[in-house]
Amino acid sequence: MSSDPTILSVENVSLSFGGNAAISNVSFDVRQGEIRAIIGPNGAGKTSMLNCCSGFYRPQKGRILYKGNGLDQDVTKIPPHNIASLGIARTFQNIALYTGLSTLDNLMAARHIHMKQTMLDSMLFWGRALREEVEHREFIEEIIDFLEIAHIRKAVVGALPYGLRKRVELGRALALEPKLLLLDEPMAGMNVEEKEDMARFILDIHERRGVTIVLIEHDMGLVMDISDRVVVLDFGVKIGDGTPDDIKSNEKVIHAYLGQE
Amino acid sequence: MAVLRPAGDFDRSYQQDMSILRKPWHLLVTVLAIGVLYLTPFLNSAYITFTLNRIAYTVIALQGLNFLTGFTGQISLGQAGFMLVGGYASALVSTYWGLPIWLAIPFAALATGGVGLLFGLPSLRVKGFYLAMATLAAQFIIPWLTRQPFLADYLGGTKGFIDVPTATIFGVSLGEQSQFVYLSVTVMLIMTVLANNISRTRLGRAFVAIRDNDLAAELLGVNLFSYKLRAFFIAAVFAGVAGALRAHSQRAVGTELGYNLVESVLFLGMLVIGGLGTNLGPYLGGIFVILVSDFALWFGPRLAEIFPSNAAALQSSFRPIFFGMVLVLFLIFEPRGMAHRWTLIKAAWRLRPFAR
Repeated sequence: MSSDPTILSVENVSLSFGGNAAISNVSFDVRQGEIRAIIGPNGAGKTSMLNCCSGFYRPQKGRILYKGNGLDQDVTKIPPHNIASLGIARTFQNIALYTGLSTLDNLMAARHIHMKQTMLDSMLFWGRALREEVEHREFIEEIIDFLEIAHIRKAVVGALPYGLRKRVELGRALALEPKLLLLDEPMAGMNVEEKEDMARFILDIHERRGVTIVLIEHDMGLVMDISDRVVVLDFGVKIGDGTPDDIKSNEKVIHAYLGQE
Repeated sequence: MAVLRPAGDFDRSYQQDMSILRKPWHLLVTVLAIGVLYLTPFLNSAYITFTLNRIAYTVIALQGLNFLTGFTGQISLGQAGFMLVGGYASALVSTYWGLPIWLAIPFAALATGGVGLLFGLPSLRVKGFYLAMATLAAQFIIPWLTRQPFLADYLGGTKGFIDVPTATIFGVSLGEQSQFVYLSVTVMLIMTVLANNISRTRLGRAFVAIRDNDLAAELLGVNLFSYKLRAFFIAAVFAGVAGALRAHSQRAVGTELGYNLVESVLFLGMLVIGGLGTNLGPYLGGIFVILVSDFALWFGPRLAEIFPSNAAALQSSFRPIFFGMVLVLFLIFEPRGMAHRWTLIKAAWRLRPFAR
């Protein structure tokens, strides 16, 4: 694994809101094809970090280089609506689905960047628009099958239970065909069974689709099980970085987050 | 709510699954309904043809507003103002360039679309009520402009209207309301097809994405500014077509005939009653409100005959009070609009006899 090239490198990133430093001078890298976890206590800056990586926040200092396309593309300088076409997809801590659309349309909406139809094509729904709709529908159906959400295909997502909505959101991120998938607490608020399902999906996405995954999670047992390497943040500062075993024995991390036995 | 399909009703392709007219009888009903619309002039009723024309341009204006407010979630108070642009554009090109109606309407649509883009520019920076204020500017500036003395030769100035030449199509005059029905119904059907197609393809999904979660939409690759502008453009194009139809059916266009803020607000009201963000909403809301308001207009004087002591008050105030009451009742009992009720009725019908 260690010989794999870097897909994302976070270099000396600092972010503050007014006078509050959310992230101070954090650097780490994500290698192609690994599962990288970001952990830390509440308010440590994990979500802020992910928001920087997805181009949602602009850090005041540092840069975040995305190398998935063989180029050094600085995520912090790219407009948010162009991030998706780089190959970066994400899910949100508080599910951010299009609540008025069906599961199917939520996933189809994520195919936006892969579609070429113009406004006129859309209006006429003939030729290219029709062909594209069918082609992308086939792609979407495959994801729907994979995530086992076929039964709620045409249900409006606003009315779905929490666990399913999390799954639909994962599907929407997958529909972008990402190379790098950022998951913000994909298993928050789930019971053990749902967590296991989600872990299975994440591992499948990682292995079968070869997607690199960065995830934030609070369930330590699970993080240590599925991730290749872990970054630990505390009060916006990186206090640990390494394999799960390194982290478990890291004094600082134990003190700040994991706690004594 | 999941879409329920009866057992044994299978689709063999995704295209079939996406189709709107799913069964032969759907097609039959649609053809019959359209046929009835085209046969209305033979009823020889001035009221019916006049109302049908009114409904046609109102529905088109509502479909446009629906894209902006219903799908994209950008409240607009300028739809009547945009209609005025369309009406004038169509009137002017028919008068001065002698364009036939089938060219004048698309021209009016594009011209209004351009004006819509202009007033959509603030949408990047401002949201919600603040954007409503910005569109309010359109509703004030456009009518104000049409009354300016330096444009009086073309737009009528303080007179408040200009005459619109009779529309002719393939040498047939459409001067009478009963003749104009053919044109207005045809255009309404075309715009309905376009509106339906937009709402079920890439463009429509991007609009709803912006409405439901603009931050997520942006991270999933939707350029917010560009798509909000598209929504403004489409809303204005529909308003332009509606305005052109209205101008040619009324044979005059100008601020004397309405096109004011009250109408813009009424359009929003119709859309809320019909169902925001649904394709059926503009039809249900437009038809319902027009018929109810006509009913009130007819019933007010009848009521005045019954209570002669309050005749004057009833004559003048029955209509607004009745209309206001209907609107409030709708907001209380059917806040999601008539289109939502319609889907509930359909679902119940499919589930019979098990539905309550």
